[in-house]
Amino acid sequence: MLIFDQSSPGRRATSQAPSAVAAVDDIPAAFLRSEPPGLPEVSELQAVRHYTRLSQKNFSIDTHFYPLGSCTMKYNPRAANRFALLPEFLARHPEAPESHSQGFMACAFELQEMLRAVTGMAAVSLAPMAGAQGEFAGVAMIRAYHDARGDTARAEMLVPDAAHGTNPASAVMCGYKVREIPTDEQGDVDLEALRAAVGPQTAGIMLTNPSTLGVFERRITEIARIVHEAGGLLYYDGANLNAILGKVRPGDMGFDVIHLNLHKTFATPHGGGGPGAGPVGVSRRLEPYLPIPMVAREDDEYRWLDEDDRPESIGRMGAFAGNAGVILRAWVYARLIGRGGMTRVADFATLNANYLQARLREAGFELAFPERRATHEFIVTLKREARAFGVSAMDFAKRLLDYGHHAPTTYFPLLVPECLLIEPTESESREALDAFVEALVRIRAEAESQPDLVKGAPYTLPVRRLDDVRAARDLDLAWKPGTGDA
Amino acid sequence: MSEVPEGLKYTSSHEWVRAESDGTVTVGITDHAQELLGDLVFVELPEVGRGVGSGEECGVVESVKAASDVYSPLAGEITAANEALTDAPELVNQSPFADGWLFRLRPADAAALDKLLDAKAYQAQLDDEA
Repeated sequence: MLIFDQSSPGRRATSQAPSAVAAVDDIPAAFLRSEPPGLPEVSELQAVRHYTRLSQKNFSIDTHFYPLGSCTMKYNPRAANRFALLPEFLARHPEAPESHSQGFMACAFELQEMLRAVTGMAAVSLAPMAGAQGEFAGVAMIRAYHDARGDTARAEMLVPDAAHGTNPASAVMCGYKVREIPTDEQGDVDLEALRAAVGPQTAGIMLTNPSTLGVFERRITEIARIVHEAGGLLYYDGANLNAILGKVRPGDMGFDVIHLNLHKTFATPHGGGGPGAGPVGVSRRLEPYLPIPMVAREDDEYRWLDEDDRPESIGRMGAFAGNAGVILRAWVYARLIGRGGMTRVADFATLNANYLQARLREAGFELAFPERRATHEFIVTLKREARAFGVSAMDFAKRLLDYGHHAPTTYFPLLVPECLLIEPTESESREALDAFVEALVRIRAEAESQPDLVKGAPYTLPVRRLDDVRAARDLDLAWKPGTGDA
Repeated sequence: MSEVPEGLKYTSSHEWVRAESDGTVTVGITDHAQELLGDLVFVELPEVGRGVGSGEECGVVESVKAASDVYSPLAGEITAANEALTDAPELVNQSPFADGWLFRLRPADAAALDKLLDAKAYQAQLDDEA
C-alpha cells in the first residue's frame, strides 16, 4: 500500500511538523502556492512502519548473495558510511568558502590522485554524478579534442557489439554516428572488422576491458595501435575495472579516456538507482577538457579549479562538485584497503569468479566461453536446459530468489542465448559460492522433474512474477490524488 | 519451431519481404525474430516518404528484454508504415507475417528483391544458428 493511501485528513507527526508558518515576503506572488502540496497525512509511527516494512522487502547485498553480472555488487563497508556521515561533512554547505571546506577538498583531492595512480591516467575529475554521465563527459572530451584541432570530419564512434547499451547512447548524445564492431568466437574484438572500419571518419572506440563477455581483451595494444593510427581515441568503460584493479592500468593499455563507477569498484552504495559517481580520467592531451570543478593543491591549501583555470573544459556536470557523499565513501574505502588492498580486490574477484565457473562446469552447466579464463565474471548459457525442459534462463533466475540468492544478470550480453552473467565479487566466502552452485544444481533437477514449479517461481517473496510487459506498455509512475491508483 | 512461410523473401537480419501487386514491397520481422525478442513494448517506424538504402537502419523494435534495429532489406522510398503498431506493438508478436507488418517501400531496383534469401535458405540459416 502506498503511503498516500494511508492518508487521513489533518493527521500529522506533531513532533516534526513546523509549529508556525514561515513568513514569506521575498517570493513573487505568481510563484507562491495557493493550496498546500498533496503530501500524505500520517502519524510518525505510520511513517516509521511504512518505511521499515518497505526496507524489509529489499533484496540487497546486506541480506543476500548478489551475483549481478557487470554490476559489481560488493559489500559496502560500514566504516565508509560512518565517516561520510560525520556532522562536519554533512553540515558543510556546498557554497561554503574554500577556507571552510579544506577537509572535504583534501579528501576529494586525494581521491583524484589515488584514481589517477590506479588507472594510469594523467588527470582525474570527480565531477560526473553517475556512470552514464561519466561516459557522456568522456565522449564530449573526445569531441572537444577533435574540434579544437579542426578535425571535424570525425563523425563515427566505434562500439563493439558486446558493449553496454549506454556506450552507443553516450556516443549518440554527443552527436556521433555509431558503428558496431563484431566479436569473434573467442569473445575478442574482430580485428579484421576493426581494420576495415577505421578511417578518417573515426572519432574513437569505446571499449570495456574485460568485456561484458567476462573475458579480457587480449589484443588491446593492437586495437590501440589500429585506432590511434587512424587518428581516433580510445575510451575505456570502467564497468569491469574490478577485475584488474591495481593489476593492469588502462593508461598503460593506451586508453585516452576512462570513466570509473565508484558505486561498483569503490564499494559505494548502488542505492535505488543512485546516487552514483562516474569520475573521468584522461591522458595528457585531453587534460584541458576535463569537466569542472576539480580540486588543486597549492602549498598546503586546496582550491577549486573553475572556468578561469580551465577555459577549454567541457563544463560542469551538475550544480556543485559531484556527489559529495559518494566521493567521501569512495575515499574512505580506498584509504581502508590501500594500494595493496586494491590488488587483492582484483585477486579475489577473479579467484571467486574462476572458482564458481569451475564448479558450475563440473556440475554440468555449459559455459559460453569454455576455453577462456574468467575475469571477475563469466557467462553460463542455459540453451540446453531451455530446449530439454522448456525452462528459460529467466525461470532459473526467478527460482534462485526462492533459494535466497539474488539472480545473476539475465539475457545480457545479447550475443549469448539464454545466458546468466555471474559476478560474485571479492566479498563472498567460499561457502556462499558453494551454496549458490548447489541451488543451481537443485533448480536444474526441478526443471527436469517439475518444470511448472520452476516456471511459477518465485513463491517466497512479497510479490510473484511482475507483469513487466504491462509495466513497460502502460507506464504509470505518478500517484494522483483521488484515483486510488497504485 | 518458428514459422517460415514459403513465397516470402528474407534477410539474414530476420526481416521478411513480400512483393505486392502495385510494385511496392511489405516488410516485417520474422516469427523467429519476435520469438527471440519476446513481448514487444514499443515499435519505431520510418517516416513515409523517406529514402532508405539497402541495409540502412530504419526502425526499432523494443521488448522487455532488448531493443533491436530494423534494417531496410532494399533501397527505395518508404510508402507506408503500420501505424496500428504504435498503440498495439503486440500485433508483431501475435501476427508477424500479417497484421504485424512494419512498413512498405517502393524499391529503387525491383530486381534486387531476387537477391534476398528464399524460405529454404532462411530456414537453413535458422538451423545453423540453433
